[in-house]
Amino acid sequence: MKRVQRGEVAIPTSITRRLWAFFHRLASPRYFYELAGKLVPWLGWGTVLLLAAGLYGGLWFAPADYQQGDAYRIIFIHVPAAWMSLFVYVLMAGAGFIGLVWRIKIADVVAKTCAPIGASFAFLTLCTGSLWGKPMWGTYWVWDARLTSELILLFLYLGYIALESAIEDRRTAARASSVLALVGVVNIPIIHYSVDWWHTLHQGPTVFKLGGPSISLDMLVPLLLMTLAFKLFFFTMLLVRARTEVLEREANSAWVRETVTSQ
Amino acid sequence: MSGTGPLGAAGAVLRRDLTLFFRHRSDIINPLLFFIIVVTLVPLGVGPEESTLRVMAPGVVWVAALLAAMLSLEGIFRSDFDDGSLEQLVISPQPLALLVLAKVFAHWLVSGLPLVVLGPVLGASLFLPDRAMGTLVLSLLLGTPILSLIGAIGVALTVGVQRGGVLLSLLVLPLYIPVLIFGASAVSSAAAGLPVIGPLALLGALLALALTLAPLGAAAALRISLS
Amino acid sequence: MGRFRPGAETDRFGIRIAASGNGVHVTLCRPGRRPCIWLHLATAGTVADKATVDDRPEIAALARRAPRLEARALECVRNDRVLFHDLDAALEPGQVLQVEGPNGCGKTSLLRILCGLSLPGAGEVYWGDAPLPEVRAEYYEALAYVGHRHGVKGELTPIENLRFHRALAGGTPDRVPGDALAHLGLEGFEDVPCRTLSEGQRRRVALARLLMTRRPLWILDEPLTALDRSGVAVVEGLIRDHARSGGMVMITTHQAIRLEGCVLGRLRLGG
Repeated sequence: MKRVQRGEVAIPTSITRRLWAFFHRLASPRYFYELAGKLVPWLGWGTVLLLAAGLYGGLWFAPADYQQGDAYRIIFIHVPAAWMSLFVYVLMAGAGFIGLVWRIKIADVVAKTCAPIGASFAFLTLCTGSLWGKPMWGTYWVWDARLTSELILLFLYLGYIALESAIEDRRTAARASSVLALVGVVNIPIIHYSVDWWHTLHQGPTVFKLGGPSISLDMLVPLLLMTLAFKLFFFTMLLVRARTEVLEREANSAWVRETVTSQ
Repeated sequence: MSGTGPLGAAGAVLRRDLTLFFRHRSDIINPLLFFIIVVTLVPLGVGPEESTLRVMAPGVVWVAALLAAMLSLEGIFRSDFDDGSLEQLVISPQPLALLVLAKVFAHWLVSGLPLVVLGPVLGASLFLPDRAMGTLVLSLLLGTPILSLIGAIGVALTVGVQRGGVLLSLLVLPLYIPVLIFGASAVSSAAAGLPVIGPLALLGALLALALTLAPLGAAAALRISLS
Repeated sequence: MGRFRPGAETDRFGIRIAASGNGVHVTLCRPGRRPCIWLHLATAGTVADKATVDDRPEIAALARRAPRLEARALECVRNDRVLFHDLDAALEPGQVLQVEGPNGCGKTSLLRILCGLSLPGAGEVYWGDAPLPEVRAEYYEALAYVGHRHGVKGELTPIENLRFHRALAGGTPDRVPGDALAHLGLEGFEDVPCRTLSEGQRRRVALARLLMTRRPLWILDEPLTALDRSGVAVVEGLIRDHARSGGMVMITTHQAIRLEGCVLGRLRLGG
């Protein structure tokens, strides 16, 4: 359907050849659609298993905290969600960069698909953070440095989604929002450190450090399991949504019509 | 008179934009009035007690400056986009980032610099101590160009969108947060008699970073918005 | 034809042809750059000093070898609709190419792709033998574009508009702004703000830009819109002169345009 585009560099010889060939095929929407379809069930079941193990470990196996009792157990959701919200933003910016430079359509699809999932993770982090704050601080919201940074991250996600949906032409929307994501990625560390700095200036050191090095192994293992579960969950969702997006974008092509009518 | 390469072209852009701003003075004056009115609203909202206002002054002046700067942002590219001048900038043989820098500088001269001048007046109306005035001016002088530079990327991204104003604030305000934090805390420290070199140095660093990267980002964004 | 005469004079694209002892040098003198010898034809003393290039058509042809503009397999997609695909077109020096087609068939999109303002969905634009993104700076030194939105600032006077454009374009100007405006029939309007001018007069200001800079390639999107009969005649004259002196013109228009004596190609879009 398409001829070789500029930027899809001539394939280098020797070792990297196979890898290049793989990426080259991955860039084709149809191949991506089919590969993603095969991967989704595996990722989905992996998510379920890890989630079950992580939740069991976190809610029953891990001992109660001597200071906070059972309230701390929300970190098994809160901390993985917070890590994922940042990870997804970086992934989104990376995909955006690839789409911008090499004009690979699938990268645009991935970047666009990342945004709502990442925003959900940021929102989940804020919700669990404020729920945890009620027994700890006595209020649902304090201007804690981490929570504030997370709130700003959510704003960055919402800005990205708003820009992407405001521009009509798909390709322009993808390229413009990729530039925004890159600007955001440069700014995230600056924002993070400025908020940290602002917080120490106004309120003294943080009351409680989540996931500090002093965490016990009984807590660390479920936390890592949950982190892995969240990661798999993210990739499952990403592929499911990306498949839909690919179908929509390629609606005019022959293979999509074939796929849709054959089902 | 004749074009003399990239710097000549950038100079021409600067001259032209300043001419345009002066022929359209309301575009400059309205954000300034907004700046004054927002600061005036604060005592009306929280009460006229000197002690309260004195504490709030640095933050209020900086937040108002942020909002005023944001209001005037669209002027950087909007009219040029509407009448097609932007296309001519993009297809000129000069480096686009340099032309963008000239436009941002012109915009800062007419929208940022007046904020720097007005800042102490408004600070005084909120009982900001005299010893903090110098820091207020310096922080605005370092901070407002960053606002224009980051804002230019936002405008460049949204210039093709109908009614992009609200969208612009959604994109740009989160990116302004570090400037707000360092600017306001420098003034607070000065008011409390504490050293201010730290936040001012950080503002300077941010300005250097924005000067280097923002024109490139805005130029890339403009090419995308025009396509 | 026949503008190129061996001697010290430089033509309007900065090409100088000089006869030397054993042949002819074609030298490219661009403003702000060192002149470089582009071509040296050894003719074993057969060219007399006074021979015009007309007598040796192959030299004239070579001298005119400014890069050609070429579109290869272009595709344009707007909002999921394919406007055109596998479009090939070429524009040679001395040619005028008129793009035709009904509204919404992608004429403006094509011109914007050729200007490098929009990206094609597929395919590539070539300037000379290089893809456009690789020779962007050189291409923009050769291109003059008058678009649908003509880029005339309402708050500035015509003279200010042209001065700004000249500074932006760089290089040495072809004419002073006053002359260019006079050529377009705008005497007496030099110093009034453009927003007080009529739409047709603003378009004339935009077209006067073409005379301000020495650009071999003109891309004109509906240049005749809002022009009266005399305005159309002036523009036709501009295009004819430009093509005859080896320039290239790409144009869209819904109006009839008379370009006698020009090598006129037509490109039909949308069926």
